Amino acid sequence: MKSTAEILKEIRPEFDFSASNDFLADGMLDSFDMVTLVSALDKNYGISIQGTDIVPENFQNLQTIQALLRKSGAKI
Amino acid sequence: MNLLFRRKRISGALVVVPANERSFVADMKNFNFPEARSLKLKEVMGFDKRRVVEPGVCVSDLAVFGLEHLFERGWLKREEIDALIVVTQTPDYFVPGTCCVIHGRLGLKRDTLALNISQACTGFLIGLIQGFMLLDQESIRKVVLVNSDVLSRKVSPQDRNIYPLVGDGCAITVLERDTEDSVIHANVRVDGSRGDALTMPAGGMRLPSTPETAKLQDVGDGNLRAKDHLFMDGAAIFNFVQTEVPPMIEDLLKHAGASTDSVDYFLCHQPNRFMLEKLADKMNIPHAKMPNNVVEHFGNNSGVTIPTVMTFNLGERLLRENFRVCLAGFGAGLTWAGMLLNIGKFDFNTIIDYK
Repeated sequence: MKSTAEILKEIRPEFDFSASNDFLADGMLDSFDMVTLVSALDKNYGISIQGTDIVPENFQNLQTIQALLRKSGAKI
Repeated sequence: MNLLFRRKRISGALVVVPANERSFVADMKNFNFPEARSLKLKEVMGFDKRRVVEPGVCVSDLAVFGLEHLFERGWLKREEIDALIVVTQTPDYFVPGTCCVIHGRLGLKRDTLALNISQACTGFLIGLIQGFMLLDQESIRKVVLVNSDVLSRKVSPQDRNIYPLVGDGCAITVLERDTEDSVIHANVRVDGSRGDALTMPAGGMRLPSTPETAKLQDVGDGNLRAKDHLFMDGAAIFNFVQTEVPPMIEDLLKHAGASTDSVDYFLCHQPNRFMLEKLADKMNIPHAKMPNNVVEHFGNNSGVTIPTVMTFNLGERLLRENFRVCLAGFGAGLTWAGMLLNIGKFDFNTIIDYK
């Protein structure tokens, strides 16, 4: 199983996600990247993140993504 | 709003798609966007092939082609058409209505009720509702419902938000009274306060098209679009669908006294594979019961997607079998609607190419 940081790196290899606290404001993720990320997280953790949870505030940084994963039933 | 119809049925469906096929891989070179990221998007959203009209082809061209096909095969007779409903957001002209253009080109009888409805992705449901209501009139025995759009002519090739998903097409659905005591439940909703999420800002009377409205502008994220083009706030529409559609379907099923298990297929509007998978997950519906393969073969052809998903996936089975289906449409307006009905024993159910 990959870590969330590894998955983010696969989607946008040009960025250092550990250096940002707001991926969207810093231009590191856009709405299409969020879709790609959700699909990758679903597969990686064997979950289905709810469509209503696919909102910018849940993808702001590593902490908010981890919280979303826990809410969605991922074992992390 | 819950609606109920008795003794009405769909007796046939024909989908006309342009023979002209475009591929996402070829088109992605137009986007100001790295190809590797576009390819990831292709995989998740299901973007692949799309059917789009050649320059100059209009809604009436697709509809006349399809109706002539039905007349030639004897699947429908000209003189049988008592009502002609045309649902489109891309009419041939402002005046006259496209229903009249089609009526005139086909030489249909004068004793016909012809009307236009301006609806997009919910248009198949709105058209069915209107058609079933007309069938309560004694003099109307057969209604032809035409859903058609040529939206590819109104999207910017450099707008990655919408260009890769838009397709064109036309669906011709015949509605009749049912000799059996069938019951059809429907639910329809609208929220006009959110209409800006899916709009074509220029080209109407509010903001007529001018050289200025035709100019491409940088609208962020590397996308270029003019005010004459169709605009979609993808995130807002995604959230709208995930938030509003499941409770509407739950209300529809509850009102009908039905469960999701009792439904053979959920035949929904086809925006993209990802949105439909999330919708199915939200409602605990197996993906196999909610087909999502239209956008990858034909593109999102607006109000034509539900007949397309029905015809493409059930094909000839609909000529001899019966299915309990829940239809769901959602989009511009914003509007959303559902319908629970039995379909089957069609006189025809096929997809043809417009050449």
